Amino acid sequence: MISMIQTIGEPVIAILVLIGAVLSVLSAFGIIRFPDVYLRAHAATKSATLGVLCVLLGGFLFFWIFDGYPSMRILLGILFVFITAPVAGHLNARAAYRTGVPLWKLAKDELKPALKKKGIDREKAEKEPLN
Amino acid sequence: MLQISLFIALILLSIAVVGCMYRVLRGPSMADRITALDTVGINIIAIIIVLSMMLDTQAYLEVMLLVGILAFIGTVAFAKYIERGVVIEHEGEDRDDLDDSDDR
Repeated sequence: MISMIQTIGEPVIAILVLIGAVLSVLSAFGIIRFPDVYLRAHAATKSATLGVLCVLLGGFLFFWIFDGYPSMRILLGILFVFITAPVAGHLNARAAYRTGVPLWKLAKDELKPALKKKGIDREKAEKEPLN
Repeated sequence: MLQISLFIALILLSIAVVGCMYRVLRGPSMADRITALDTVGINIIAIIIVLSMMLDTQAYLEVMLLVGILAFIGTVAFAKYIERGVVIEHEGEDRDDLDDSDDR
C-alpha cells in the first residue's frame, strides 16, 4: 500500500515542482519584457506566487509521502506566501503611482481624475519624479 | 526520475533569479527594483524547498519561513520609504509634506 502511494506520488510531485519552476521562469520573462512598472508588477506578483505555491505543495506532498508525516512548516509557508505576496505587490504599485512613475503610452489613467476630486494631485509628483 | 526533475526545476528557478537580477540592475525606477527583489525573495523560497527535497532533509524549512517573512518586511519598508520618505512615522511629528492623509 505504502509503496503504491509512493509510486503514484513520485510523478505527481515531479509534475508539481516542474509546473512551479516553469511559472517562475514565465514570471521572470514578464519582468524582463513588459513595458512599464505596473505591468511588470502584475507579472511578478501573480505568476511567481502561483509557481512558488506549486513548488511548496510538491514539497508538502514529498515530505508527507516519503517521511510519513505532513510538515506544518510548509503549510505555514504556503499560507504566508499566499497572503503576503499580493499585499507586497499592491504596496509597490501604489508607491510607484504616488511617486510619479509614468504609465505605458497606451494605458488610460482613470485614477488621476478620481484622486484629483479628493484633493490629491499626481501631476506635481510627475513633474519631479523620485527616480 | 524525481531527482532529475528536481534538478531541472533548480536550473529553471536559477534562470528566473537571473532574469529578476537583470531588472534590478537595469530598472528605470526604484519600484521596478523593489518588485524584482521581492520576486527574487519568492524564488529563493522555492529554491530552498527544492534543495531540501534533493537532500531529503527537513532541516531547511525554518529557513524557508524566515526568508519569506524577511522578504515581505523588507518590501513593505522599501515601498513605504519611497512613498513617504520615512519608514517609521513618529507620533506628534510635524509632517507637512504629507498631503494624502485623508484617504486611509
